[in-house]
Amino acid sequence: MAGTPASFPQAWRKRTTRGELLLWVGWLALVALFVFCWEVMNENTMWFFVVDAPAQALDLGSRMVPPRWSYLPALMKPLWDTINMATLGTLLAIVMAIPVAFLAARNTTPSERFVRPVALLGIVASRSINALIWALLLVAIIGPGVPAGVVAIALRSVGFIAKLLYEAIEEIDASQVEAVTATGASSAQVIDYAIVPQILPAFAGICVFRWDINIRESAVLGLVGAGGLGLALQDSLNVLAWPQVTVIFVLILLTVLVSEWVSARVRHAII
Amino acid sequence: MTTASPANRTVWRRPPFITDPRLRWAIYGGAVVYLILAFATIDVNWVRVYEGLDRGMRFVRGFLVPDFTSRWSDIAQGMQESLTMTVTSTVVGILISVPIGIGAARNIAPMPVYLFCRGIIALSRSFQEIIIAILFVAMFGFGPFAGFLTLSFATIGFLSKLLAEDIEDIDEAQAEAIRATGAGWWQVVNYGIQPQVMPRLIGLSLYRLDINFRESSVIGIVGAGGIGATLNTAMDRYEYDSAAAILIMIIIIVMIAEYSSSFIRKWVQ
Repeated sequence: MAGTPASFPQAWRKRTTRGELLLWVGWLALVALFVFCWEVMNENTMWFFVVDAPAQALDLGSRMVPPRWSYLPALMKPLWDTINMATLGTLLAIVMAIPVAFLAARNTTPSERFVRPVALLGIVASRSINALIWALLLVAIIGPGVPAGVVAIALRSVGFIAKLLYEAIEEIDASQVEAVTATGASSAQVIDYAIVPQILPAFAGICVFRWDINIRESAVLGLVGAGGLGLALQDSLNVLAWPQVTVIFVLILLTVLVSEWVSARVRHAII
Repeated sequence: MTTASPANRTVWRRPPFITDPRLRWAIYGGAVVYLILAFATIDVNWVRVYEGLDRGMRFVRGFLVPDFTSRWSDIAQGMQESLTMTVTSTVVGILISVPIGIGAARNIAPMPVYLFCRGIIALSRSFQEIIIAILFVAMFGFGPFAGFLTLSFATIGFLSKLLAEDIEDIDEAQAEAIRATGAGWWQVVNYGIQPQVMPRLIGLSLYRLDINFRESSVIGIVGAGGIGATLNTAMDRYEYDSAAAILIMIIIIVMIAEYSSSFIRKWVQ
């Protein structure tokens, strides 16, 4: 096995020459792709506006302060609507996500060949469309207002909750299922006594986590007409009332911080 | 070992999820009161919903027979903007977030740098993309450049935070070994830390590419370019078949991105 010392390279190298070459080609391709995309993207960019941006930013900043704090009381109803959209949307999503998750999990699905792909497709479709786009559709269908926001939040959250939940179901300890089955339990009883207790902490954590995300999302859903703080934001933006926009931003920031704190506390208590 | 007296229950009952009964009933009661209040303040206009069902049916029909052709040039333009915006913003976002992520790792950065970088991360994470897009559109004008800046900014918060946490979780022994050879700070980062976090960094970058595409389909609603603007226009014109075509394309691209990124991540790790 021993080669002559002269045949070894002088310095330690991580890769072979061929490996290094391939790596460089890969990086080069990435840079080329980036430059190409940059060129295509900025075909229509008015660089005049971009150069002007610092002045615009200063101008915007001077308009946004001082915030018009007297606008705050008028925002309490939209804030309540926002919280409702997030909470009710999460609840609706939970109701829909549980059966989907059980249909999608490999160990509980009735048919791995037919039912599971359908459930997975539903999960992907729900996850790949943002809540704002769902809201855009639902405002057109069921009209502007809080109900459209609730359904939009729910449809977006179904995929998220179902995905994390079915992964949790697939990771359960099979011996407990076997033990409960051995007592002669029906399949509903197996789910109730062997699977549910194992996934309950993960499930509660997922729901609270999603609720936290939904608070953020429902704060802006009003931009497309679905009620809540976003609607007030849209109204203020339309009349260029920047001092009011500042108040709304501060309120959204505070709401998000509080919801994040609540969700962190609850998850800490559960797990 | 006590023997079971007849007074003891002989039927086993499972312990409740929340053990403290007072806390349990307080939570249940609070939930019921909240739900009553919440439903009382929502006014559903059932007449409007009933009228909307017809549109809903048209939308479902649009999904079954999507119309790719009549607005194809708009769709192609929007998709091109979305895809290029995704790639450029992800690359720029990664380039900026790597130094910030290193600076935000407590075990290799001095305190002032740590606080500064954590501040940037908190700033970037606290507002969602759409709000940042509103501000950037106001500053930089309409179009994909504002969207590109928005997504880059959002990428920084996401990637730097996870990278910093990953660096804080590394195996210290390897960094210690490199340090023991007399390596400087750069060499420790390059030889002791970078090899440990690289697979995860690549995985996170691909994941962020995924997220950026999804977000790029939304920020167009406030004028930051991309397929979202096309979708918004299609909805405003009641062209549900074109809107369905756009949504189907978004779903398919997201699915492709998700599968290929999970494939690459498996290959890297």
